Amino acid sequence: MRRTTLAVKFIFSTFLAVCVFLSATPAPTQETKSAPALVVAAAADLSAALQEIADRYEKKTGVPVKLSFGASGALTQQIQNGAPFDLFFSADMDYPRQLIAAGDADGASLYQYAVGKLVLWVPADSPLDVEHGRMNVLLDPSVKKIAIGNPQHAPYGRAAVAALKHAGLYDQVADRLVLGENIAQAAQFVESGNAQAGFVALAHAAAPAMKGKGKYWEVPADFYPPLAQGVAVLSHSQHKKEAAEFLEYFKTNEVAELLRKYGFTLPQQ
Amino acid sequence: MIAAKMIMAIDWQAFRLTLQLAVTVSAILLLLGLPIAHWIAFSPWPWKFLVEAVVALPIVLPPTVLGFYLLVALGPRSPLGRWWIALTGHTLAFTFGGLVIGSILYSLPFAVQPFAASFSAVDRKLIAASATLGASPLRSFFSITLPLSIPGLITGAALSFAHTMGEFGVVLMVGGNIPGVTRTVSIDIFDRVQASDYATANETALLLLALSFAVLALVYGLNRKAWVIGPVK
Repeated sequence: MRRTTLAVKFIFSTFLAVCVFLSATPAPTQETKSAPALVVAAAADLSAALQEIADRYEKKTGVPVKLSFGASGALTQQIQNGAPFDLFFSADMDYPRQLIAAGDADGASLYQYAVGKLVLWVPADSPLDVEHGRMNVLLDPSVKKIAIGNPQHAPYGRAAVAALKHAGLYDQVADRLVLGENIAQAAQFVESGNAQAGFVALAHAAAPAMKGKGKYWEVPADFYPPLAQGVAVLSHSQHKKEAAEFLEYFKTNEVAELLRKYGFTLPQQ
Repeated sequence: MIAAKMIMAIDWQAFRLTLQLAVTVSAILLLLGLPIAHWIAFSPWPWKFLVEAVVALPIVLPPTVLGFYLLVALGPRSPLGRWWIALTGHTLAFTFGGLVIGSILYSLPFAVQPFAASFSAVDRKLIAASATLGASPLRSFFSITLPLSIPGLITGAALSFAHTMGEFGVVLMVGGNIPGVTRTVSIDIFDRVQASDYATANETALLLLALSFAVLALVYGLNRKAWVIGPVK
């Protein structure tokens, strides 16, 4: 009986302490009033490049840029349902156009910022020689699982399926495909060694953080429809002016160089 | 694949797979959970609360942590993972077996806690009496403790079944979304919503809701009957 009372007292006082702690710390808010933060939704292939670009921009202008990555189709769906993003960097042009057609994005702001490249990627310690064997390495019996983005909502996943079909390999490997929610999860399946090969963005395979972790073969551009990637300012944005300024920065040579460093092709060149 | 998406239809394969997973997991948890719960209920060890805390961990841990551990700690980069691969010939991820193991960990407390609670509620005098009458501990367990704990066992099995039916995070992390192997109903619904196919997502979700309610209502109905007829009180 005494033990139970003690336990009740202990639990009650712990609960009270937590309540005091919570009331003493500021509640999470969308943003502070002084500096309006840009909230950016971006395709997963941009995860490394956009982080660096956002950091530079924040240093330059003092405007913080918050990034949210996902599959382009998934982000489109969130935007259609009122997600509070200011800008949307897609991995294709269709999703931004869909949003513009539905009135969720500003058509005048649509801008093709890059063309993505698809690579076949294997872990660094893999015995597979992707540079010479190319897609045929997928027929090797040691390849039990091949990771791709989900073609239902990830443009790179669709590109991977197109490339496999172009090479005439799709039917032979279809039962070994595993689908990542987006291209970043597909890369993570390969990186953790659970899939022996995967189709990822060159931006992933060439990112500085990935140096030495894998070997890749660049899938020829005529194997899949071009991954022209578009960005647009969203209609619900409360910071359209800041969003437009960030887009202007995106068109500078500084950003173009960064994007090239991460393996994107620039549309003008 | 894109064409298949256009045909609005419920993915029955996903339903079959999910049911199969939930039945397998609750059956294994029934076998695995009984000795653990029995030990928790009857062990005199003063530090057993530590084991209770470990068993309860999956309630607190995000499914992403569980999925992450399964993927990395049991992947080919770890000794444990290499041992698993040597044993089975494949990684744990992207297989039905992987989902079963993940779900067992994920639903463990939902089986063990009701089991242990009902074992603890059994009158110790009855067990002592059966021992004085010469019954072995095993015989006492099967003829006294177990029959008196049936409602708790049903609750535990039903909860682990339901919890596995509704599992999402672990499957998303380690499943790889393979039709018929790891694409469960929750993943299927997620995919449909992501692809803006709300009509099919709606139908599938409604069906899952109805099915889950039917199963739970059936189990709790049976449980009530056992309560009335059973020798409790």
